[in-house]
Amino acid sequence: MAKITYIEHDGTEHVVDVKPGLSVMEGAVKNNIPGIDADCGGACACATCHVYVDEAWREKTGSSSAMEESMLDFAENVEANSRLSCQIKVSDALDGLIVRMPESQH
Amino acid sequence: MSDLAAHVVILGAGHAGGTAAALLRQYGHTGPITLVGAEPLPPYQRPPLSKAWLKGEADADSLALKPLEFYAEHDIDFRPSTRAVEINRGERTVRLSDGAALTYDKLILATGARAIALPIAGADLAGVMFLRTAADAELLKATIGPGKRLAVVGGGYIGLEVAASGRALGAEVVVLEREPRLLARVACETLSTFFRDYHEQHGVTFDLGADVAGFEGQDGRVTGVRLADGRIEPCDAVVVGVGAAPNDEIAAEAGLETARGVVVDLEARTSDLNIFAIGDVAHRPMPIYDRMFRMESVPNALEQAKQVASAITGRPAPAGECPWQWSDQYDLKLQIAGYAFDVDQILVRGDPAAAKFAVFHLKGDQVQSVEAINSPPEFMMGKQLILSRRPVDKARLADPSISMKEVAA
Repeated sequence: MAKITYIEHDGTEHVVDVKPGLSVMEGAVKNNIPGIDADCGGACACATCHVYVDEAWREKTGSSSAMEESMLDFAENVEANSRLSCQIKVSDALDGLIVRMPESQH
Repeated sequence: MSDLAAHVVILGAGHAGGTAAALLRQYGHTGPITLVGAEPLPPYQRPPLSKAWLKGEADADSLALKPLEFYAEHDIDFRPSTRAVEINRGERTVRLSDGAALTYDKLILATGARAIALPIAGADLAGVMFLRTAADAELLKATIGPGKRLAVVGGGYIGLEVAASGRALGAEVVVLEREPRLLARVACETLSTFFRDYHEQHGVTFDLGADVAGFEGQDGRVTGVRLADGRIEPCDAVVVGVGAAPNDEIAAEAGLETARGVVVDLEARTSDLNIFAIGDVAHRPMPIYDRMFRMESVPNALEQAKQVASAITGRPAPAGECPWQWSDQYDLKLQIAGYAFDVDQILVRGDPAAAKFAVFHLKGDQVQSVEAINSPPEFMMGKQLILSRRPVDKARLADPSISMKEVAA
């Protein structure tokens, strides 16, 4: 299990254990964490699971694919550390990961 | 009794019903929630059934919207393998198939839609299947594979996704479509031709204009599809994908207003103040098109789940969204935004031969819908243009050397 901290836009923190193999998005949805809509269920088709990856974790979470990049290009309030959480696979190496949510997913 | 303490009964534990239950808790609902589902499983995602799940790339855990424990942990009384048989609006009760009766304060109908069966000979043979539920997908997965021949009746999105997955599993696949082109009801000719070529390159054969007259069988199992012209397409299994009909009978019998689905407003409220309807079963308003219709899509189910959870917990109604859906076949990502109502011009941006293009459907200078193949910027910006109703410069839109951001600027 990897401990992941999801921080809502208003500062509310949710710390949950996520099974390796799931995505960071699935970890949020399965634990009913607000702020990640994930309309498409992980098909990289909607950009409603946008998160900001904590600076300390950017390297470990890897980089975005071209498809993810071009979806993010049209999401709102995108920053250098923006990712689609459905494209980050949870592994033991991500134990302790911190992600923050944007104000809205639309 | 305040609304937050109300007993909410949800009929239907699909994507819409399951999401509504979870959102009610997320939005602070404290009253009892009962979630009644006809299937034995807790709410799960259907889209992967015809794709990742069929190909063995997803399992029951990853399909589930929430783990089973979630319902007990959040005090949601989940009742699997149970259907509602009658709604008594006067007494505000629902009678269930196991004989139980529930008294509700608020009732949410999320009964979905069912696959339309073909009323033809042999439709009850083993091996003639639909793809609607996890059980359907399980049966199909056990049937197709190398050396097997799969016949798909209906060249819509479900049929094409099943065809692609069937090929990935090594089966021979023939698609039988009554219309002269694929996706005739839902897409333009450019897309029909593109998909036909792409599937043919992957070994799928098509029989267009095929009038399916019956199914042939031996020892109770399907062996072929008989066409009206007398030909027989031999096969080991058939998937029928010719559309779905809303499960709105229980609502109609209870006297709720229905019109090809249960009629609701933008709060997902039916003609009865205490009853809501969401997802595939709802006939809902879509203000950007100034009309009402029924949508069969996950984003629609989620949007209406938000509407109903907001209405019951006293939150303001969520902002309207642009309807959209997606399909994955082979390495293609198809993203569709909007609906092509009252379209007077179709404009192709990009190159179908390169499998990277978008088809824009316009009414005057407004974008009504866009079908984007491997083109997320066109989809994402198209969605915004549809929602905002902003006019576009068609010459610039048709020119892929001008970025979508510049087109919309």
